[in-house]
Amino acid sequence: MSEIKGEILIKGGFVIDPAQNIDGDIADIAIKDGKIVERVSNAAKVIDAKGKVVMAGGVDVHSHVAGPKVNVGRLIRPEDKLFKSGVAHAPTRMEMGFSVPSVLKTGYDYARMGYGFVMEAAMPPIHAPHVHEEIHDTPIIDEAALPVFGNNWFVMEYIQKGEIENTAAYIAWLLRATKGYGIKIVNPGGTAAWAWGMNCLDLEDKVPYFDVTPHQILTGLMQANEYLGLPHSIHVHQNDLGNPGNYPVTLASLKLAEGVKTKNKFGREQVMHSTHLQFHSYGGDSWATFCSKAKEVMDYVNKQKNITIDLGCVTLDETTTMTADGPFEHHLHALNHLKWANVDVEMETAAGVVPYIYSKDVVPNAIQWATGLELALYSKDPMRTFITTDHPNAGPFTRYPRVIKWLMNKKSREAVLASMKKSDKVIDATTIHTIDRELNLYEIAAMTRTGPAKCLGLSSYYGSLKPGMIADVAVYDLNYKDMPSDPEKIESAFLRAAAFVKSGEIVVRDGEVLSHGHKKTVWVNPKMKENPQVKRDVTESFTKGYYTVGLTNYPVREYLAPHPFVIDVDVEA
Amino acid sequence: MTKLNLNMITQRSVEEGAAMEKGKTNPDYFEACSIIEMNPEDMKKAGIWVNSNVRVTSECGTVVVKCIHATQYCPPGLAHIRQGVWANQVVPPRTQSTGTPQYSGFPVTVEPAFTEERKTALQLVQGAVGLWKKGGN
Amino acid sequence: MPKLITQVGCPYCGSSCDDIEVIVSDDNKKILEVHNACIIGTNLFMHANDPTRPKLPRMRQADGSMKEIAYPEAIDFMAKTMLAAKKPLIYGFGSTNCEGMAAVARIAEKSGAVLDNCATICHGPSFLAMFDNGYPSCTLGEAKNRADVVVFWGCNPMHAHPRHTSRYSIFPRGYFTSKGQMQRTILSVDPRQTDTAKLADIHLMLDQGHDYELFDAFRTVLKGYDIPDVVAGIKKETIVKAVDIMKKARFCMIFFGMGCTHTDGRNHNIDAAISLTRDLNNYTKCSIMAMRGHYNIAGPGQVWSWIFGFPYCIDLSKGTHAHMNPGETSSVDLAMRDEVDCFVNIGADAGAHFPIQAVQHLKKHPFITVDPNFNMASEIADLHIPVRIAGVDEPGVVYRMDNVPIQFKAVIDGLPGVPSDEELFDMVYERMCELTNTQPVWIAAKEDRKHPANISAVNEA
Repeated sequence: MSEIKGEILIKGGFVIDPAQNIDGDIADIAIKDGKIVERVSNAAKVIDAKGKVVMAGGVDVHSHVAGPKVNVGRLIRPEDKLFKSGVAHAPTRMEMGFSVPSVLKTGYDYARMGYGFVMEAAMPPIHAPHVHEEIHDTPIIDEAALPVFGNNWFVMEYIQKGEIENTAAYIAWLLRATKGYGIKIVNPGGTAAWAWGMNCLDLEDKVPYFDVTPHQILTGLMQANEYLGLPHSIHVHQNDLGNPGNYPVTLASLKLAEGVKTKNKFGREQVMHSTHLQFHSYGGDSWATFCSKAKEVMDYVNKQKNITIDLGCVTLDETTTMTADGPFEHHLHALNHLKWANVDVEMETAAGVVPYIYSKDVVPNAIQWATGLELALYSKDPMRTFITTDHPNAGPFTRYPRVIKWLMNKKSREAVLASMKKSDKVIDATTIHTIDRELNLYEIAAMTRTGPAKCLGLSSYYGSLKPGMIADVAVYDLNYKDMPSDPEKIESAFLRAAAFVKSGEIVVRDGEVLSHGHKKTVWVNPKMKENPQVKRDVTESFTKGYYTVGLTNYPVREYLAPHPFVIDVDVEA
Repeated sequence: MTKLNLNMITQRSVEEGAAMEKGKTNPDYFEACSIIEMNPEDMKKAGIWVNSNVRVTSECGTVVVKCIHATQYCPPGLAHIRQGVWANQVVPPRTQSTGTPQYSGFPVTVEPAFTEERKTALQLVQGAVGLWKKGGN
Repeated sequence: MPKLITQVGCPYCGSSCDDIEVIVSDDNKKILEVHNACIIGTNLFMHANDPTRPKLPRMRQADGSMKEIAYPEAIDFMAKTMLAAKKPLIYGFGSTNCEGMAAVARIAEKSGAVLDNCATICHGPSFLAMFDNGYPSCTLGEAKNRADVVVFWGCNPMHAHPRHTSRYSIFPRGYFTSKGQMQRTILSVDPRQTDTAKLADIHLMLDQGHDYELFDAFRTVLKGYDIPDVVAGIKKETIVKAVDIMKKARFCMIFFGMGCTHTDGRNHNIDAAISLTRDLNNYTKCSIMAMRGHYNIAGPGQVWSWIFGFPYCIDLSKGTHAHMNPGETSSVDLAMRDEVDCFVNIGADAGAHFPIQAVQHLKKHPFITVDPNFNMASEIADLHIPVRIAGVDEPGVVYRMDNVPIQFKAVIDGLPGVPSDEELFDMVYERMCELTNTQPVWIAAKEDRKHPANISAVNEA
């Protein structure tokens, strides 16, 4: 890989960096050979940031951008391309799709928004070569992927027997084999039950055959994660997603973190990351009584310091839902009767894909929209609350700027609320109209870069402008001292960065992509003594043929991650 | 002699696959694919003997193939030529606007052609595009 | 000493068996023995030993004969011919790895081509049905470990996928199916009594071309309504019995093939099959899977979906965005309407497998074939460029019929000087960029390409 050389000086902008408690100070950011440095020579290229905001590159903690189910979404939805695709002009290649963009559009659009790191949120282990093929074809952005563990046969068997060390050894093996980043859990137990057409909606529901509960899976994996001391905590999509009255299950799941201590060398403070919390914060007992319980959920999150969350904001678009929560997608298809794709994956997981149209005039959709925003507005700690849309489930990632606009500007929220056909019903079921809070740029920076980087254990590389960090720097055309009265200008500024420097290379100017960058694949390498039991169990599952591929063809080969950025973890057992 | 009206399908067979992987100019491929299978009743009706040549004609072409004992039972009215060069001399390119030609379920006539020879794959394909005997073949 | 290589992937059918054992000569040049593979796979591996395999590109001369030329000349010809064409058509990819498919996408975009693959004449209608109705499916291991009822509809794996029934669908002992065949009920729907139908507990020998009616009758019975005494030539009792078996299954698996996609109804047959699968999920667990023909023909559907958003029939001639409309932008239709003015056949044989009239239309214009072997398309081409054989002397990722990626190995060394598909297309792309005075776009993958050494060797040849 050719090294990135050269100097850049980003001059005179309003710098915002929660990692250093810098809030709008006018300062220069110096970059040399891909890293942020104290100072550069006079030969440096100068980007004039005067009157503009300068932040670290964005870090997305949870987004479905690469892999089998994402590609099913692309494949089964030609209509997502029609009249919704970009227009290519040199130097960019064709960029296709809206809710599930092609890999090229994914890289370009994240770069245009000033994002430098994206976490693919669910990688079925057997499909890991596919995920890495898509990642290496995605330009500019650094990416990592979380293998799914919550319905894995090995995990369920070890946890059923209470074998945390074996669970950890298996996780270590699988992270290396798949070049994965951490432990993703999707509908623990429920997806495994789906292989027989069933589900686990409650923490104490037994998984058919495996005689283990979602409760045990969550606890077991949380212990295994801390045993290994991984950079990231367990990353949880809880049971009973999307259903009226699911918030007690959500709170019960979050409470499993109480009293659990972190053990890691990466600056991470949480033991559980609860993802797309919007989908898990509902009251009521039917769609007629459906309501937001964002306040109740956030009251708990605010006081429980060892958990982090991301929002999963509904953006009121036509989008494509996709999740390893197979039973949920079947259920959703029964609600909206649009096309349904499903992939059950041997030994490991499942996935489903259903298109969905979130309409502001459909009351439950409008309540979902309000719920997502309420979570952020009730948050007392932006460093533990991250902006996502669970791309593309609640909306495409290209709507982050719109979510930021809603969070920073009450007027824009009220305009949406007022335009809803049944706004009175939405007001009855939510509290969004009572919230005056408008987030500031510092809080937005915490929620979109510094916080997610810390939560992922990546705060030594991403999410800050400290000297020594990877030089991902975004410049947005917003005047810190004189914010625009028109909220649309907030959205347009975040949608098309005035400049974006990725790994020390200028890749975007005035919202236009200039270069395909030097992207990296980030993965975690837990170094742990070989565990003979786990080795034998894994080998046996292949030789007995419960897997239908060969063991030597299973681990992702080196060349599929051509620019690796490997984080070694020395496991102290 | 009678012309039979049959419904033609063209599908894969293991003989065709095994021969193709030896090469399409290999004699095995010729023997595997330049054949037709049909019901014995139909053969009787048209006076076709096992292992004799017949002429198959569709809306868009004609080809001489050998009629063999059906390796997999064909009901009366149905005929099968294994997928490949000979089948595609008669497969209609119409696609019902899907991109996929009518490889199966198209009408053909079948008649005895005892005295006619089967052509080789190259003869048929190069012949169709005016190259037969022009190159070094 | 001859060497044993295990867990080798077989580059023939969509079963993509990766349990083949190959014994190769000490110098890595010759395949001596092939174990575990079916007859077709064995022949494929052994054919790689053929000393007459082409080692150099061949260009057709004015007198109709072919003359060997050097690779740079062939690359130059291919680049110039495609750039000169208004709308080249690139078709094939039945035997290409995914690396090659990603590389060809760059050429296609650069030259404003239509990019299509074998699905266009095989499971294209299945894609159309998925666009309309989705695709509730699973990996083959799920079928093996759980399925107690297996339906083969319009497919004949005993011939087209010879080891499918022993590895995944009828015979194998899986986790919850430890009694193998004893534990499975097999249904076959086919107008002929195929060798697969002979293995079935019930063979529904329907009237050819009446699949849609029969699927509809299955759905009607499933929902508790009455049907006529005979549908598609099948008696009502038989249909009712078959539906009852499927409904009472613990895990029902439906495989379908060309019998549904090649005949009247096309995508509508598959649409009905998908609806039946979905309906069955209201009673039990049911999955459906297309019996994809080639070992990596699911590959282009994956690779091009992530690059362009479409699996096949991708018209890139607009230059700014991709457009897909099968029937309009599909290979055979484009050929029959004379809409393309250059044809590039890659790792497939349009000469043998397109209806002959389509071949005649395509041959009016420059005709280029890229394939490791001689075939019909190479023997009518203006230029034939040989490449290495993916899965034999070239490794790479392939997608099995269930879209599981498998990393295939190479078992022998490639012929000296012969590039892989990926290397060839990258060289053509670089030449196109030179000719158009533009910068190549490599993203990240290029810098660490698998065999950079071979590239320079080829360039010097």
